[in-house]
Amino acid sequence: MTHYIVSISRFTMLLLFAIYTLDCFLALRMNISKGAQTFYFIKQAILMFLMLYNATYVIYLQTKNPQVIFMAAIETVFFLLIFLIYNTIYEHASKSLLNNMCMLLMIGFVLLARLNLNEAFRQLLLAIFAFALTCFIPYCIEHIKVVRNYSFVYAAVGCLALLLVIVFGQTSYGAKLSLNLGFISVQPSEFVKILFVIFVASMYCKSTEFKQVVITTAIAVLHVLLLVLAKDLGSAMIFMFTYLILIYVTTKQPGYLLLGVAACVVGSVLAYHLFDHIRIRVLAWKDPLAVVDDAGYQISQSLFAIGTGGWYGSGLGNGMPNTIPVVTKDFIFSAMCEEMGVLFGILFIFICISCFLMIFNIALELEDAFYRYVAIGMGSLYGFQVFVNIGGVTKFIPSTGVTLPFVSYGGSSLLSTMALFSVVQGLYVVKKRQEARRHEA
Amino acid sequence: MKPKKSIPKESRNRREEQLYDAYFDGYDITLDQEEERSLKKERQKQKKQQQKKKRNRNKEFLVVTYSFLALFLCMCGYLCYFIAYESPTFITSSYNKRGSALSATTIRGDIYAADDTLLATSTVDENQEESRSYPQGEMYSHVVGYYYNGRSGLEKDANYLLLDSHEDYLEQFQYTLKGLKVQGDSIVTTLDHGMQSIAYNNIGNYSGAVIAMDPKTGAVKCMVSRPFFDPNTLKENWEAVVNDASSSRLINRCTQGLYAPGSTFKIVTALAYLQQGGSVEDTFQCNGSKEINGVTFHCFNGTSHGALNLNRAFAKSCNITFGTIGMEMDKDAYRKTAEELLFNQKLPTRFTNCNTSSFDVDGDTADDLAFQTAFGQGHTLVTPVHMAMIVSAVANDGVLMEPYLVDHSQNNEGVVVKQFQPKKAATLMSPEEASTLSSMMRSVVTEGTATQLNSDVYEAYGKTGTAEFTADKEEAHSWFVGYATDGDKELAIAVIIEEGGTHSALSIPLTKQIFDYYFAD
Repeated sequence: MTHYIVSISRFTMLLLFAIYTLDCFLALRMNISKGAQTFYFIKQAILMFLMLYNATYVIYLQTKNPQVIFMAAIETVFFLLIFLIYNTIYEHASKSLLNNMCMLLMIGFVLLARLNLNEAFRQLLLAIFAFALTCFIPYCIEHIKVVRNYSFVYAAVGCLALLLVIVFGQTSYGAKLSLNLGFISVQPSEFVKILFVIFVASMYCKSTEFKQVVITTAIAVLHVLLLVLAKDLGSAMIFMFTYLILIYVTTKQPGYLLLGVAACVVGSVLAYHLFDHIRIRVLAWKDPLAVVDDAGYQISQSLFAIGTGGWYGSGLGNGMPNTIPVVTKDFIFSAMCEEMGVLFGILFIFICISCFLMIFNIALELEDAFYRYVAIGMGSLYGFQVFVNIGGVTKFIPSTGVTLPFVSYGGSSLLSTMALFSVVQGLYVVKKRQEARRHEA
Repeated sequence: MKPKKSIPKESRNRREEQLYDAYFDGYDITLDQEEERSLKKERQKQKKQQQKKKRNRNKEFLVVTYSFLALFLCMCGYLCYFIAYESPTFITSSYNKRGSALSATTIRGDIYAADDTLLATSTVDENQEESRSYPQGEMYSHVVGYYYNGRSGLEKDANYLLLDSHEDYLEQFQYTLKGLKVQGDSIVTTLDHGMQSIAYNNIGNYSGAVIAMDPKTGAVKCMVSRPFFDPNTLKENWEAVVNDASSSRLINRCTQGLYAPGSTFKIVTALAYLQQGGSVEDTFQCNGSKEINGVTFHCFNGTSHGALNLNRAFAKSCNITFGTIGMEMDKDAYRKTAEELLFNQKLPTRFTNCNTSSFDVDGDTADDLAFQTAFGQGHTLVTPVHMAMIVSAVANDGVLMEPYLVDHSQNNEGVVVKQFQPKKAATLMSPEEASTLSSMMRSVVTEGTATQLNSDVYEAYGKTGTAEFTADKEEAHSWFVGYATDGDKELAIAVIIEEGGTHSALSIPLTKQIFDYYFAD
């Protein structure tokens, strides 16, 4: 009987997720009434809870571990709390974006509960902690206006943090990513990227003259070089692409973009010839099965999982996602595809698409240049991170080891993504105030 | 015209804002007409400017948004493509551990020859304990493989296909409820049962290998390796079979056996010579023996061939001619030709247990080694499947098709689940080179060492070989590699009989029987 329920649940969860995704895009329309928004918001929340209970039931049937149900109960309270706090304090915040954040967190919790229950509990605690820290961010954005005045402080702090990683960092999978602070290990690049966007936005909201462009670009290149030295190629790529987007949007000159792209191409080719580890990654990407015993091991295991899962997946608990190294972190998308199906994975990608569309939409509405640039920077950061992660684990691009926002296990990633979304929520609040002011005056 | 009423700038702005609000809220504010008109104009102008500004701003945003959207949609498209077309390679990979997990819920599927002769099947007892049996016994031992203490052959390569089930969903549901196993899919191979029987029955008491494939598709028609083992009794005889080191029974000699190529390697040397500008009409002088660096090499039986051109040297298998060619040509280019023919690299096949052939001549090689390598001695080692692939490329205008054994998998009702398609593996030589080589291989049959293969029904092409593997010349391996066509069908073949005596004494009759069978009707 268990087998039957597990098997059928693949389809029920897929259906619930499909309706949710559709609503995401329906709610994205601009001319939608307030009543309709509330309707979509409540419907989506209900769909999310149904999926959570369905998945929890399946995992309970497979493991017979009552802790799974206990965890779902805490998650329910947590999500309700998030909705409550945002509804009372930030009534102008984007409900769709909030829903998406909870949905992505929920998928992460469910997958972790299936893969490693201890990590799932830790992740839940981290999420509660991260939310407690970041729920003030929208308030700060609305009330603290001097943020834009300290451009060079952000750059200095960012570069210093990256430098610390190179000197004192711990090595994992060939890259120096994290600092060990004794009781906890922190991945600074996750936070530096937010500082980086604020830095670039604050520089270009003052001026976009040639001199300013040169200074900003030099500092941006310094960031990227520090990341390359730490062998954190994924983050280096995200910083680089985000900067290209920002320089294009702020200067409105495609010439800079083309120049930047050309510089990136030259840089990549140089790096390919200079660094062995980059060549190995590319080799493993071209034909993972040819080097399955060594450089291609991770990506091959990931593709075994995705391929064997097929369109509908094997059902939660029926696959072997634990054969993939670091499955709870970088390769969690493969676990999702194996057990919940590639169709589920594609819907997941669409949720991510709706997230960055929402962020770009708000950027379009904002009048203040600084806020606008911050929004577009945050949207790009998020979009590229999702792209580099999913592209990497599916062999669409060479794998570089970055986390999947909200879903991957890891405190730094969770906290920084939640901060990123909170900043965007703060910008929604700013936008409402801007509209209100226009009406009042 | 009345002079314009001047309104202080500040108050004008306030007034304007009032108007703006009124515009949106639908209130009516009384103004004198002129004021209203001028303000309206100005407002429109401002609105236009604002829109223009916004449009300018929007352009970059739209470009960025659509670029992101395109990037993500490409990724989704790729993911769909991966599942639809690329995933079978990964699903069936022997490194994928997921296959064995399925055996707890699935009865392993059957294996059939192309004509539906049953090669392997599984039955379950009342406790759902499975037992595997092989109705054809030894005949298919290596190609079908074993499924005990590890796996080999198709039992290994098609493991996932055999454990995948596409039984009717309702039936699967009923079985699952009852705690019974579902029936895995069967695979139908490309193997020709008649040809396999001929090879099996006529290889005699010799060790050796026979592999035949269709050059146009890569479909393997027979694959026999001797000594055999009986997969039905492997469990009982495991110790004896494994400990029998001298005969290495579990090794599939077709794909894993590494042999000196003997004179069959003259195909490679001839191709290298042609690629370096040589011609089949070039003439050479053979006096029966030649001394290089203090080592004396002989033609077979010390025969002196006299003056002869390349074509005739190939037909008569003249060692001195080919040795001279190998010694005198650009050896780096020689190695390049060999590597283009897939030496020193993994062969493009769909079999996992496949060894790599080796060739070690390059610019630094001493003349005597290059001399003997060129006629097939030296350090060169080759697998029979590799030789079959080279001659099938000659037969197929230089294009090598990937050899494969599984034609399709089907569910328990015979509905095809997965059809495997022929796939081009590589282009080994140009069509002109292939045509020159084939004319040389034809003269081996018409006037050379394989005249026994002359037939009215088909045209045979090939090269014989005797591979000395010890100093004692009595013990030599007998090779034949080649192909035949009747204008419609084609068959490429590689046969090696270990210690099968000189000049393909044993391999040619076996080849003839297989060709006669294949082109009979």
